Amino acid sequence: MTLLLSVLEQGMIYAIMALGLYITYKILDFPDLTVDGSFPMGAAITAAFITKGLNPILTLPISFIAGAGVGAITGLIHVKLKVRDLLSGIIMMTALYTVNLRIAGRANLPFYNIRTIFENDFLDSFVPEAIRPYQTVIIIFIIVVVMKLLLDWYMSTKSGFLLRAVGDNDVLVTSLGVDKGLVKIVGLAISNGLVTLSGCIFAQQQGFFDATFGTGTMVIGLASVIIGTSLFKRVTLFNVTTSVVTGSLLYKGCVALAISAGLAASDMKLVTAVLFLLILVISQALEKRRG
Amino acid sequence: MLELKNINKNYNKGTVNEHCLFQDFSLRIEDDDFVSVVGSNGSGKTSILNIICGTIPVDKGNIVVNGEDITNKQDFLRHRKIGRVFQDPSKGTCPSMTILENMSLAENKGRPYNLGRGANKAKIQHYQDMLRPLNLGLEDKMHTKVGVLSGGQRQALALLMSTMTPIEFLILDEHTAALDPKTAEIIMELTDKIVHEKKVTTIMVTHNLRYAVQYGNRLIMMHEGKAIMDKSGSEKDQVQVDEIMRVFNQISVECGN
Repeated sequence: MTLLLSVLEQGMIYAIMALGLYITYKILDFPDLTVDGSFPMGAAITAAFITKGLNPILTLPISFIAGAGVGAITGLIHVKLKVRDLLSGIIMMTALYTVNLRIAGRANLPFYNIRTIFENDFLDSFVPEAIRPYQTVIIIFIIVVVMKLLLDWYMSTKSGFLLRAVGDNDVLVTSLGVDKGLVKIVGLAISNGLVTLSGCIFAQQQGFFDATFGTGTMVIGLASVIIGTSLFKRVTLFNVTTSVVTGSLLYKGCVALAISAGLAASDMKLVTAVLFLLILVISQALEKRRG
Repeated sequence: MLELKNINKNYNKGTVNEHCLFQDFSLRIEDDDFVSVVGSNGSGKTSILNIICGTIPVDKGNIVVNGEDITNKQDFLRHRKIGRVFQDPSKGTCPSMTILENMSLAENKGRPYNLGRGANKAKIQHYQDMLRPLNLGLEDKMHTKVGVLSGGQRQALALLMSTMTPIEFLILDEHTAALDPKTAEIIMELTDKIVHEKKVTTIMVTHNLRYAVQYGNRLIMMHEGKAIMDKSGSEKDQVQVDEIMRVFNQISVECGN
């Protein structure tokens, strides 16, 4: 039961990050490694603010905005300085490692016993004892649903249409008299906003910030996106964002199963990577069979 | 009015493959002209379009539109007054978006792409009325992704989309070249209709000499970066395909191809 709860909690937290990666990887076709730095940045910001006594709810919008700023910088490096997409991300990822240490003040910053969005007086005042164990998972669920619906809504706006168009056919965007570079920057900003928000929630669920939180973020996110989009391609009930969220849950479940089958917690990243490789190979085989 | 003034353009500058395309090239296109441009490969036809649209920079010279020098204006800004259709039908539409979404996107050109609703369902009727005269059945596929349409259907849609908003210039870059003869015919008729209805100044590059003769009020033949034939008005009306073919063969022989 505890294992299932932890899979659901972490799977949904990572789902928010996966929604961000869906924008860059699937829509913009931009392999954005910035996320390995912006995810822990969300955790660092959160740890720093919470230990200083800020209302934990405020860390959510602050993280999103900070992440959007970082994503926009990656976009500016790529669009204005004409640095290749992969390299722009690597530059930002590396730079953010130091930024995160500066924000948190050290490589590991715990904030146990300080109120978070999951544990605070307000929740204690009305949540019955029986629901307590599920309190965290319910809150995360609500946030994920809200973010998913917000992203769905954005994708149906004029601005969202442009974002979809720029990944599909950027020549058309130019023909429409719009600067395609600017659209890419907006896409990267929204994507990293989501990723940083995910890092913020992750830190509050874990109760601490660690500088190594970011390692493998890209892999986890991509795995979720690829599982979601290739597995549920034909499920009409699922729209793309729902598929990505489900993909994230499945992926986290697979990793948890592998670890609980006897591997050590330190094997996590290896399991993560190998599973990702498997998913890539399987999804390619699926694509081929479908033609 | 559109003017290219004393344009110089070299490709691969500073390398052994340096190739001078335009040397002091000038061209003047009047309002409401429908200009057909023909010529062999590498003669500079498409380069003219790219220079007008800002897709490639010029080494020297000026591009002037209605008295405004746009030589250093960025491509996307120039496109606010230009509609463009490419040879490749997939370049004018978004494959993963539906016909309704594509048309909504195109209709918003010139206005801000903000957080307003992207596709307006109330417009479906209006869009269907635009699609119906094409006789391609597109009006019944408003919610179909454009990626599954045929090349001809996509090109027809691309042509409609490029002219949905008020534009000053319509740029057609061999826009029938990738289509089968029958579809090409349909697209050409649609083009002619749109050009006359909207009274938009049009430049059409084509390899089809018959189209060049049949449509438009001016015909230019390009060869090695020069306009070696330029007929307009009644002079253009008397031009026969055979005559152009003769000149065309002559220059081709000179080039050895």
